[in-house]
Amino acid sequence: MKFKDYYQVLGLARDASKDDIKRAYRRLARKYHPDVSKEADAEARFKEMKEAYEVLKDPEKRTAYDQFGANWKSGQDFQPPPNWQREHSFGGGSFDDAGQFSDFFESLFGQARGGGFSFRTGSRRAKGEDINAAISIPIEDAFRGASRTITLEVPEADASGAVTRRRKTLNVKIPEGITAGKRIRLEKQGGPGFGHGGFDESSPGDLYLAVEYEPHPFYRPDGRDIHLKLPVTPWEAALGRKVKVPTLGGAVDLKIPAGSSSGKILRLKGRGLPGKPPGDQYVELEVMVPPAEDVKMRELYETLEREHHVNPRAKLGV
Amino acid sequence: MTERSRSSLRGIVLDEQVTFTLRELSHACGVRTELVVEMVEEGVIEPAAELEAEWQFHGDSLVRARRALRLVRDLEVNWPGAALALDLLDELERLQNR
Repeated sequence: MKFKDYYQVLGLARDASKDDIKRAYRRLARKYHPDVSKEADAEARFKEMKEAYEVLKDPEKRTAYDQFGANWKSGQDFQPPPNWQREHSFGGGSFDDAGQFSDFFESLFGQARGGGFSFRTGSRRAKGEDINAAISIPIEDAFRGASRTITLEVPEADASGAVTRRRKTLNVKIPEGITAGKRIRLEKQGGPGFGHGGFDESSPGDLYLAVEYEPHPFYRPDGRDIHLKLPVTPWEAALGRKVKVPTLGGAVDLKIPAGSSSGKILRLKGRGLPGKPPGDQYVELEVMVPPAEDVKMRELYETLEREHHVNPRAKLGV
Repeated sequence: MTERSRSSLRGIVLDEQVTFTLRELSHACGVRTELVVEMVEEGVIEPAAELEAEWQFHGDSLVRARRALRLVRDLEVNWPGAALALDLLDELERLQNR
């Protein structure tokens, strides 16, 4: 197993005071907490910090850890000294979920067992670890519903009771109409529960699957509503014409009212994501001006210019 | 080792269509009911309705309660601090999605 430099993880000197340690942890935790952070590796970084803090904030654990001195570097191969277990006795971590700390931590301080965290039920039986995962789906899948295969790492106890993590593949139904940012709760699909001194299949944790949409080239979702910018020609906007509009359920005809301009928003009721009630699709007109690239187009524009005087900047006072 | 299940698992979407009682919400969060009551009293989460003198919570409350619990535990903030952080995070998300 690899040595972990807990001081380096928290960006501290080895002679850091108790206050320094607390300050460093709090500052970094605010930055990397998975509920707050947008950093890609936040979850892994935060776990490392939590483990480092668990050791360095506890004078007993810190003293024991400090025996290894500054010569050890992160990533060096490490085995605990032969008499370590006899000379030290730690109760593991106070982490509320077993299997969260590294092998390195557990070889020195023992395994974290459930029930240490004061929020927990207080009994020695505790619910297994809840697992958070995220998937990104095309918005079309949210419209129709879909099935997605996901792979997770769940904690598992081997025959000796040591916690390892195992890959588990699940096929999950994405319900139609799910909106971005929502979570699907899959009861009892998290880590196994643990009772007296071991895992217990009776109260596994839950799986929370956060659903996000993949970016779409033209649909902009807002809850169940869909926003779309629809390019139209000046004459379609001026004369009022029927045009085709894409919707998640297929193309529909939309009547553009005569005298429309860019920015006008038309609503297609019930054409958003399904639900109770279903969302709407909002179509924002965007007048596209074809370039005067040939003689004929040029003449047509010049005729307009000559025969119709209008100042579109009148409101700007110029 | 990989385990594969053939049929699709059906979960529930945590939105305003699902409701939880106080007991169900506490169980899902893995905490005592007193702690959830505390979260309500501190304004971290809000019951959607009261049915026969029992609170009903929307699915979003479960998401919010779990996040609040993690913030209080890991960042050593108090309930109002966690509630403020969650409100600001929601607002940030709303602005980014525009």
